[in-house]
Amino acid sequence: MDPSLLTQLDATSWRVEPYGKMRVPAVIYGDEALIRGMDDKVLLQATNVATLPGIVTASYAMPDAHWGYGFPIGGVAAFDPAQGGVISAGGVGFDISCGVRTMLTDLSVIDVQRLQKSLADSLYRDIPAGLGSKGAISLDAAALDAMLRGGAAWAVENGWGEMRDLERIEEGGRMNGAKPENVSEQAKARQRDEMGTLGSGNHYLEVQAVAEIFDEATAKAFGLAQGQTLVTIHCGSRGLGHQIGTEFLKEMLIGAKEAGIELPDRELACVPIHSEIGENYLGAMRAAINCAFANREILGHYARRVFQHFFPECDLRLLFDVSHNTCKVENHSVDGKTRELFVHRKGATRALGPGHPSLPEPLRSVGQPVLIGGSMGTGSYVLAGLLTSETKAFSSACHGAGRALSRHAALQLWSGRKIVDDLAAEGILIRSPSSRGVAEEAPGAYKDVDAVVRASEQAGLAKRVARLRPLICIKG
Amino acid sequence: MVADVAASQQVPKARWEHFSHDADLGLRGFGRTLEEAFEQAALGLTAAVTESPIAPQTLVEVQCKAPDLELLFFEWLNAIIYQMAVRQFLFGAFSVRIDNGQLYGKLWGEAIDIARHAPACEPKGATFTALKVERTPDGLWSAGCVIDV
Repeated sequence: MDPSLLTQLDATSWRVEPYGKMRVPAVIYGDEALIRGMDDKVLLQATNVATLPGIVTASYAMPDAHWGYGFPIGGVAAFDPAQGGVISAGGVGFDISCGVRTMLTDLSVIDVQRLQKSLADSLYRDIPAGLGSKGAISLDAAALDAMLRGGAAWAVENGWGEMRDLERIEEGGRMNGAKPENVSEQAKARQRDEMGTLGSGNHYLEVQAVAEIFDEATAKAFGLAQGQTLVTIHCGSRGLGHQIGTEFLKEMLIGAKEAGIELPDRELACVPIHSEIGENYLGAMRAAINCAFANREILGHYARRVFQHFFPECDLRLLFDVSHNTCKVENHSVDGKTRELFVHRKGATRALGPGHPSLPEPLRSVGQPVLIGGSMGTGSYVLAGLLTSETKAFSSACHGAGRALSRHAALQLWSGRKIVDDLAAEGILIRSPSSRGVAEEAPGAYKDVDAVVRASEQAGLAKRVARLRPLICIKG
Repeated sequence: MVADVAASQQVPKARWEHFSHDADLGLRGFGRTLEEAFEQAALGLTAAVTESPIAPQTLVEVQCKAPDLELLFFEWLNAIIYQMAVRQFLFGAFSVRIDNGQLYGKLWGEAIDIARHAPACEPKGATFTALKVERTPDGLWSAGCVIDV
């Protein structure tokens, strides 16, 4: 993207004033190098989102933004139902409530390194990963509906997880307003045998080491210390969410036409929030959020089982579980007035600042943990939400490194075998059913995660707390 | 990545190709008829997952309907993705008949064998991004879109 197309507000904030049918400006965060590296389509998509009815303040793109579907990935937009605001299945994404959870251990890197290979093999055996992998759980219709209503709380009730986890999950691990009756039979059929599976693509389970601490006080409140090991899981609502996303994309295309909404791109298909399709989607999407909560809770339980086998004293405590593909009803202050808005975050992480009432007591004084997944080789970050993020982007931050190269391009450049060997030489063990899948997710195919989080901090979206280095990566 | 199924024949050729998308994967099928372009795109979808051969052991039939050809293509790919997901199957051969906006598809395939097929990704759904069904200047039909993987 050519930065001269944008007005630079400060070192990491760029703006496009409304033109044509845009109702609000588009604001993109990132330093100049990140902006130059962004696809031109990010600008096009961010300005397209700015044309949608009822959008409030601005259409935002995070520092890791890249070309998405209708919305850019890394896009944030809030809509006011009282102003004709819309809801968009594309603005949430196909993998509804895809997100990250990080669990803390008391193990040091040395403890893990002693058993690293056996631990990697056991995790790979016990965590079903990739297309064709089978979960150990099969749900009948009644159990599936109970899961869609109960989320992680349902998983805990059924013995896959611990009660203390729930306060460390958004919404207490159970999204209100879920309507399993709004979820199609096809979507349910895709999920029946998929609970407790990791999925594929950029989804992973990693064992990580805390490599660097940036903010001692916040790290202490989060329970993070240099050299400690963590377990991080990145995945979402699996087949159920994908099917809901696909079905409502079509329905909203027809619904938009009926509502007289002019779409600059079919993928931006949306309907008024308080319309029949809008309400139906909200109920189905919230059921998918519960599916993702339950799935990550079950995967966390499997990880605990493996760790307890190798380290009987080991207690995996949940730091936090946060989604980066959602639409949520939130109160935000706009021009001094509190308004109830529907905030779409597509490849963007909610980042609540200190003092927010929805944060559990131990985290309230320091802000919400914002969990950022990097690539296999380069590591990940734990950030903390900042109060400034409220006015910058409705309390949102980046979600990952963001791809720099397509899968197609990555395959031309790298071999999976060589990546696995090179990373093993650096002390990082990869386990995946597909060497080609590893090549597609090559570390070099991602943007510089360090630059993305630095820019997020500089822009006041979230501050750096710790950098994590991978030790083991299970990839689907 | 390009596969020719009729390399020995005169042009125009039926084939499929993958094209780049930032996060995901674009695929496009070409054929002398609309049906052949849809079949080729389906082969491209399978090739996104595996390069290994797939035994045509089981036949699965699907039907879809849509108000225009592009939405029909979107429905076709999603019908295949759905069958892959619920059956845990891969499909290696396809036959399409389109009659009055209604598509009748046959998919031949087998259960996924992780060791043998080494699936590289899991298609989540077809998208409207770069969704295009058209007749190219050389007379071929082309049908393509980006797949979320």
